[in-house]
Amino acid sequence: MWISNALTSVLRVLIGVTARWESPPDLTRQRIYFANHTSHMDTLAIIAALPADARVNVRPVAAADYWGKNAFLSYISQKGLNAVLIDRTSGADKNLLEPIFDVLKAGHSIIFFPEGTRSCQALPGEFKSGLFRLSETFPDVDLVPVYLENFHRSMPKGKHFPLPIICTIRIGNPLQKMIGEEKPLFLERARDAIVRLSQ
Amino acid sequence: MMLETKFLWFFAGLVGLLASASLIGHVLASRTKTDNAMATVENLNQRVNAWWGMVIVFFMSYLLGGNATVILFGFISLFALREFITLAPTKRGDHNALFIAFFVLIPLQYALIACQWYSMFTLLVPVYAFLLLPAIAVLSQDTECFLERTAKIQWGVMICIFCISHAPALLMLDLEGFKGQNALLLFYLMFVVQLSDVLQYVFGKLFGKHKVAPLVSPSKTVEGLVGGGLAATLIGGCMFWMTPFSFWQSLMMAFVIVVMGFVGGLVMSAIKRSLSAKDWGTMIKGHGGMLDRMDSVCFAAPIFFHLTRYFFSV
Repeated sequence: MWISNALTSVLRVLIGVTARWESPPDLTRQRIYFANHTSHMDTLAIIAALPADARVNVRPVAAADYWGKNAFLSYISQKGLNAVLIDRTSGADKNLLEPIFDVLKAGHSIIFFPEGTRSCQALPGEFKSGLFRLSETFPDVDLVPVYLENFHRSMPKGKHFPLPIICTIRIGNPLQKMIGEEKPLFLERARDAIVRLSQ
Repeated sequence: MMLETKFLWFFAGLVGLLASASLIGHVLASRTKTDNAMATVENLNQRVNAWWGMVIVFFMSYLLGGNATVILFGFISLFALREFITLAPTKRGDHNALFIAFFVLIPLQYALIACQWYSMFTLLVPVYAFLLLPAIAVLSQDTECFLERTAKIQWGVMICIFCISHAPALLMLDLEGFKGQNALLLFYLMFVVQLSDVLQYVFGKLFGKHKVAPLVSPSKTVEGLVGGGLAATLIGGCMFWMTPFSFWQSLMMAFVIVVMGFVGGLVMSAIKRSLSAKDWGTMIKGHGGMLDRMDSVCFAAPIFFHLTRYFFSV
């Protein structure tokens, strides 16, 4: 816990990380926070935005090829941030999400980046199918869109130091459930929810 | 008068002023009925509370000594530049240049003040940064809007680092018969600038009818400017006892500070508008961002510094 507290404090001083909630969150419910992904600070910033009592139960999903790369990153991500590491490089999609399924079954909330990788743009690119499968398998879990503003300017892909540019985290209302919705439509709607928060 | 005596009088006066402002705000809050007036009074009280905070921070930095004051202004520059760059659209190609601006230029500029290297302090940003920042940015080979981006960064660095640093630079002046009391001059500058802002706001709210520059800053009125500006000039003149100036000299200095402060507020407002924002940030409750509070200081500090240096230094 102290690691994530220390890291979030550094982030607060450096880039401000103010959270703007569209409406007061119902933190008693299990949630999947899904966000646009532009920097290595994204996960930490969302954790920093959550109220302290909600933070305990939230597990970020992170890529094993980066966050498990060496002992240091692995310690930070797993011990410090309580992350679930997934292996992006493995072939079959089904196995890839397996660790997330376990975590959701255990009742945790998660932080998930549906693009699957960092982008250089202010707006998210096309979503991969992962979010759709999570939503189908766990229909009772709230899907909460999060827009991370300015993070792509503070620490763009390929740069190693963040600039002190004020970054804002806009957290929207949970996505409405639509039974029997087709995958492309669902993914488009989820992406639109983030784009709407950016305006 | 001794330094400590002057200092105590100054802070006693300041605390008295803030206490009466808090009292007035409290009375107003219990008397207002309409929603519109309540919003104004709430904003007023937030502003007064923020003033308490700012005065306490300055008081602490004074007690901790000159270097603490220099470090405090270093952080003010950091927060100001952070707001400026957040609103000014820079690109990925500017990353390294901005990194240098934030993490090398700011510490360096204030270190130069701390070690009293006057010539380098005046040259660092207008000469070295002016030439080296674009030289670093050009390495990324992004030519799209290169001139605009470079100009924006240079403006931000000039305003937020160079100009603001002239306030604590007062501490390194060697003034006739004023040895060891330069901190008072810094307080004098900050007090007159901010008092002028506050009085222009108060006079504007009470008597304001004709707008000075409605397209740039809808809240500035002729009545506020003249009434508040003259009152601040007069009060500044009467504070000559804490400066190396006579009454008339102090009156002239205060007048220059008020005029520059007003111009600074206007120019920074125009920049803000051209970047389509209402406030620079949200750091100081009731006031907006750091730059909303420092905009007048940015313009007043360098001129006040050089006038004082030219006419009064040994």
